[in-house]
Amino acid sequence: MGTSEVAVGSAVDPGIDGPLRIADQEFDSRLFVGTGKYPDNETMVEAIRASGTAMVTVAVRRVDLDRTQSEGILFHLDPEEFFLLPNTAGCYTAEDAIRYARLARAAGFNEWLKLEVIGDETTLVPDTQATLEAAQTLVAEGFNVMAYTNDDLVTALRLEDAGCVAVMPLASPIGSGLGIVNPYFIREIKRRCEVPIIVDAGVGTASDACVAMEQGVDGVLMNTAIATADDPVAMAHAMRLATRSGRLAYLAGRMEAREIGIPSSPTRGMLD
Amino acid sequence: MSDPGSIQVHVNGKEREVRSGLSVHQLVESFDLNPQLIVVELNREILTRDRFKDIQVAEGDTVELVHFVGGG
Repeated sequence: MGTSEVAVGSAVDPGIDGPLRIADQEFDSRLFVGTGKYPDNETMVEAIRASGTAMVTVAVRRVDLDRTQSEGILFHLDPEEFFLLPNTAGCYTAEDAIRYARLARAAGFNEWLKLEVIGDETTLVPDTQATLEAAQTLVAEGFNVMAYTNDDLVTALRLEDAGCVAVMPLASPIGSGLGIVNPYFIREIKRRCEVPIIVDAGVGTASDACVAMEQGVDGVLMNTAIATADDPVAMAHAMRLATRSGRLAYLAGRMEAREIGIPSSPTRGMLD
Repeated sequence: MSDPGSIQVHVNGKEREVRSGLSVHQLVESFDLNPQLIVVELNREILTRDRFKDIQVAEGDTVELVHFVGGG
């Protein structure tokens, strides 16, 4: 007694989920993670590994020439190990986003881009018109554009028409941790678009990632929820499990919800 | 009174005096940076790495030295 010989919760995968395919790439994980705001680089690398992610976002910035040590992320993160997805974070116009995208491509790793054009400083919600303009130019230049956008169906359809390889509606504002504020429109965007839909921004904790995946989307992208947790590595594990869990629950097909109690045990065979 | 052997260039938003006749490659190295990990924009034009050694920095040029940092 006291020692269990049975592995509790053995990790048998039901095998009903395949890899995620975006453009010509396949990804084993449906969780994408950012690399910003970690307390230090060692924690960042450990958390990214714990998340099981295949793709990490990076930002394009000036080198700080007054520092003696370079702050470049490639000193810490091996681009052979992780697929790099450069972003245009911080850009407020299509022109700026295009400039940052071209700089990112000139780094020489790949043609992929997380396109982000911000429209409002308080909520950081995207400028969807500028995003669409930039997407059209960048797709024509050969970029694989994954477009960060609002939870707006029409914009999502237009971004798909523009040739984006994935559309990434927000759950709620970047860095807010509010979770999915509009699950209906996330589901509708997924139902109506053919390209992969990645929920990007707003996830606060594991249940948010799980709920996002339960809407049927193809993946979820997050940064702050992991990086600013008290224990980023533990949270990265939690997010990996939650993303997987939500995906499997979606594929399994949930029971119908009813606002009434229905017994799970037989009502017949009760004693007199 | 600036040194006749040096020029003024605008690098990453700051006026800097550098030796005249420097190639872009030498300029990048003068900041102790690895040219393989840096992207250079010279007067708003992105330079491919194979041109770093062929192009000289000139008086009044605006140079941006850019790299990847952590971000979401």
